[in-house]
Amino acid sequence: MAQIFHPSTNTIAKVSIFGGVFILAGVAVLIMVFVHSSYATGVGVFVEQPVPFSHEHHVSGLGIDCRYCHTSVEKSAFAGIPPTETCMTCHSQIWTNAAMLEPVRASFRTDRPIEWVRVHNLPDFVYFNHSIHVAKGVGCETCHGRVDQMALTYKANTLYMEWCLDCHRHPENYIRPVEEVYTMGYQPQEDQVALGRELVKAYSIQVKQLTNCSVCHY
Amino acid sequence: MEKEALDLSAIRARLAQAKGRRYWRSLEEIAETPAFKEFLYREFPQGAAEWTDQLSRRSFLKVMGASLALAGLTSCSGQLAEKILPYVRQPEELIPGKPLFYASAMTLGGYATGVLVESHEGRPTKIEGNPDHPASLGSSDPFMQASILELYDPDRSQVVTRFGTRISTWDAFIQSLQTELDSLQANQGAGLRILTGLVTSPTLTSQLDAILAEFPQAKWHQYEPAGSDNARAGARLAFGRDVETIYNLAKADVVLSLDANFLGEGPAHIRYARDFSDKRRVWTGQTTQNRLYVVESTPSITGAKADHRLPLRASQMELFARAVAEAVGVKVGGAELAEHADWIAAVAGELQSHRGTGLVIAGNQQPPIVHALAHALNEALGNVGQTVLYTDPVAANPVDEMASLRELAEDMAADRVQLLIILDRNPVYEAPADLQFAELMFKVKTRIHLGLYEDETAELCQWHIPGLHYLEMWGDARAYDGTVSIIQPLIAPLYDGKSAYELLAAVLGQTGVSNLDLVRGYWQGQSSGGDFEARWRTALHNGIMADTTLPATSVSVQADFGSAPQAVGPQSLEIVFRPDPSVWDGCFANNGWLQELPKPMTKITWDNVALVSPATAERLGLSNEQVVELRYRERSVRAPVWITPGHADNSVTVHLGFGRSRAGSVGNGVGFNAYTLRTSEAPWFDTGLEISPTSEQYSLVTTQQHFNMEGRELVRTATLADYQARPDFAQEHSAGEGKHISLYPEYEYDGNAWGMTIDLTTCIGCNACTIACQAENNIPVVGKDQVLRGREMHWIRVDTYFEGELDNPAAHFQPVPCMHCEKAPCELVCPVVATVHDAEGLNNMVYNRCVGTRYCSNNCPYKVRRFNFLQYSNEDVPVLKLLMNPDVTVRQRGVMEKCTYCVQRINAARIEAKKENRAIRDGEIVTACQQACPTQAIIFGNINDKGSQVAQSKATPLNYGLLVELNTEPRTTYLAEVKNPNAELGGKIS
Repeated sequence: MAQIFHPSTNTIAKVSIFGGVFILAGVAVLIMVFVHSSYATGVGVFVEQPVPFSHEHHVSGLGIDCRYCHTSVEKSAFAGIPPTETCMTCHSQIWTNAAMLEPVRASFRTDRPIEWVRVHNLPDFVYFNHSIHVAKGVGCETCHGRVDQMALTYKANTLYMEWCLDCHRHPENYIRPVEEVYTMGYQPQEDQVALGRELVKAYSIQVKQLTNCSVCHY
Repeated sequence: MEKEALDLSAIRARLAQAKGRRYWRSLEEIAETPAFKEFLYREFPQGAAEWTDQLSRRSFLKVMGASLALAGLTSCSGQLAEKILPYVRQPEELIPGKPLFYASAMTLGGYATGVLVESHEGRPTKIEGNPDHPASLGSSDPFMQASILELYDPDRSQVVTRFGTRISTWDAFIQSLQTELDSLQANQGAGLRILTGLVTSPTLTSQLDAILAEFPQAKWHQYEPAGSDNARAGARLAFGRDVETIYNLAKADVVLSLDANFLGEGPAHIRYARDFSDKRRVWTGQTTQNRLYVVESTPSITGAKADHRLPLRASQMELFARAVAEAVGVKVGGAELAEHADWIAAVAGELQSHRGTGLVIAGNQQPPIVHALAHALNEALGNVGQTVLYTDPVAANPVDEMASLRELAEDMAADRVQLLIILDRNPVYEAPADLQFAELMFKVKTRIHLGLYEDETAELCQWHIPGLHYLEMWGDARAYDGTVSIIQPLIAPLYDGKSAYELLAAVLGQTGVSNLDLVRGYWQGQSSGGDFEARWRTALHNGIMADTTLPATSVSVQADFGSAPQAVGPQSLEIVFRPDPSVWDGCFANNGWLQELPKPMTKITWDNVALVSPATAERLGLSNEQVVELRYRERSVRAPVWITPGHADNSVTVHLGFGRSRAGSVGNGVGFNAYTLRTSEAPWFDTGLEISPTSEQYSLVTTQQHFNMEGRELVRTATLADYQARPDFAQEHSAGEGKHISLYPEYEYDGNAWGMTIDLTTCIGCNACTIACQAENNIPVVGKDQVLRGREMHWIRVDTYFEGELDNPAAHFQPVPCMHCEKAPCELVCPVVATVHDAEGLNNMVYNRCVGTRYCSNNCPYKVRRFNFLQYSNEDVPVLKLLMNPDVTVRQRGVMEKCTYCVQRINAARIEAKKENRAIRDGEIVTACQQACPTQAIIFGNINDKGSQVAQSKATPLNYGLLVELNTEPRTTYLAEVKNPNAELGGKIS
């Protein structure tokens, strides 16, 4: 019987069997790389805002506390975005003619809110509560990164569920004394894990409960 | 599926033989009709049992292959950018993300009930009762709960219209009104008529008085289609003057209801339900119970809670009342009612032996003489001042409303009306048919209508002004005991609406005065010195105005009222009109929540029916869903029949409020319009009905057979005597079962363990829990067609069970939410772990994991899981987005859902407690159903805390679980029902 396949098909067959495994594995790796890339996560990507607000300037330069603007962070699920009035407490006195601040003045004049673009956006089936996190020693920095060094605001972490669970499973690796929650660049004086374990106890954090679905999803 | 007519005599025979099984839910169930068996066989009719579609397996795989290939891509779109809009000037008391609660009041039929409204950043989302308000005590009813949907109803009228279609403005209207008024000025307003509902509002009254002073010839008419004319006339008959009758059920040990559904209707029914049930609650250790006798024509929730219930034609109620009066020695000219002699003797005996703690209540649908007899009985029995109080009328200007409307109709017919202003009423739809209001409308030169909807009346008016919802306006109203509440707005008017106050101010020439200034101005004028501002603010804050409750007045029954009993007419078929338990007089017809709410006794949704008793159906050869023609006084209407166990024989009940033509997209064409048979002479019942069967069938949707648990001992009841003799009666069914061995590991709960008990003794089946849950948890409406397929979404349903004979069965209610089983069958079968147990014993439902296999609901023995077969939540209409509770995920198509024990409330409380480093206090978490429940039948809390209410209730011998033989170890358990029948009447519940 005459040969149906040319000898070169042997090579093709070998390559495709090899490829079937490695190309698929490669695709899987690529997908994983993609979903963790800053293109997909938005980590480290500046978001354009109506006013190029600099946390670096206001926090590091002027020493304004987080809670001066994010007033409800200790009381509510939502940390709060300052009303225009808060901006105007200073900016009615200083930089009153800066072109950059015109949207703020316009907002105050016309009684229409400034439309900020959300940087940290969780899916609608996730219920995150700021107040309980700051009450139990999760620093601003732990999730939001060095906001004091951000000239423009960006996301410092993926906010993926695996990232949340990292801390919900092992809070001792992350939490700090509540006095230090608003400190930027905090460094524990002793071993973080040892301190963390003490704090977990002191703040009566029930670690087992933290991985209940209903803690975040309802 | 072909439906067979029911063989009622066979059903009777089966019931007579029945030994083991005492409880039943529907006639079809006892008859074991093929259709019912088929329904049960399929078990989950909401989903198809087998693949019946034309799509072959091969093409199915092709389709699926393509979907799988694309599945990976769907997650690539990423999240859309969202904006955050902070305030420009943030209100001081507002914390973003935290709700605020404001006190206000809702009116129904003119009477106010205090509410607390939850507001999220200025957006009202949920109504609760105001704990400080005497008519609510913190509880609510389905109407109150569903009124939030009315606010956001996209069908509400939005602009001032002229001649029905032409869009106009308020200013144009004012101009036109001014011209009309100027022409009326000459003859002192002789052609001016104002039609309102019952008015209790002091501000509105002062405005109306001012108008009548300015236009002395003008007239103010009041009409409520489901009002209390009879009660007022009865008081006049008995006392010679108008009084308001208030019952104190907290003191009543023996209650006789003469066709009065006091637990389900009326301005104080929430309060009465609380007081009534407090006297029945036995799990707390109370050893006595009150005793309720109900004589009624149409089965009601009050009848269902009765210890003894007697079905009696509405027209015989007078005879019955007279017989009771004679038996206790009130000489009113008695009448023979031989057939119920033992009943009457027993009731009379009890009332006499409970002087001062007895109570006779006459129903609003009963004629004045029955009310007068009830007053006479209460006086003779020494109940006045104890269980009955009289005050001056709450209505500002109490009139005979039917006479008032008739007078208006006569004036209209005689061309005496030039300008008719209709405020928040819909007479074209709801006036009795004999007045022919629609035709008379055209005899009025200028017709003005103000209302929430462009309804049947608006259609016939030149001017329609969009009204304001009570959550959008300032106002005031009085409760059943006279207490004034200020109605304060929670949100600026959504549309270009005006309140009745503003319209009347315009008539008085006060344009440009704001709604607030009108109401506040009135009260400022009433204020006699002192700090008005402080008082006003306190009244707003508390939801009640201090010292406005009316004091009791003393009245005495006149001798010789109605001494001659009314001659009983021929024993022909009787027609009874009732306001509907879901849509009331029709004003809630466009409310999808209420339309879809299964009615307490029939579980019918999206329709009204002609209710007949089994015996009458047998005699007339009627079957369920058969369309009949009801002919009465030369008018006729076609209605589907529903055979109702416990209905009075020879009587047909029709409910008002349906068959609307201009209610809106939800309410149009639902059911038949019973107002077309109603006359002003006999608004509530009359004999002389003719019924002619047709061969037509009409498909009704009742949820009574849905989620059937196949005759296991689900409801457990005993008499009080029984309970005291055998406190463990509720355990007898599950005796020997004990705790089964399980292959599954035990969970450990070192912290909280949430649990619920539902007390069947106090549950009155009012459905408030179902609607409260719907509002709290963003539960969608699915429509009649979907309910027919068993796809209703209610997370808590109220099952009704009947017990005993067909013609007068006892009824029992059983609310069924998710049981949160320890060994939950649903958790084990989910292939994607979307339903899991948590560390506090909750059975979590994780929407974002659910892929919709529905294995969980197939494996749930309680049938409490609900699946979004279609995209039921409306995400397209912008105004409906405002309705949503932001603390609960809005579910999409293809996702399973179920009761969560209001986990959002648990989490909120847990976070607050943890912030303060303390345990959650007992009573800190209140689930939505628990909060709404008028009788506090639902108890929720931490069962690990032995001092908690829920743990204590679970420790009583009354506590039992549903289907515990399946070893599910449900966290929701029931407290068996205890009733208190009279030994003289056999000591059995009847």
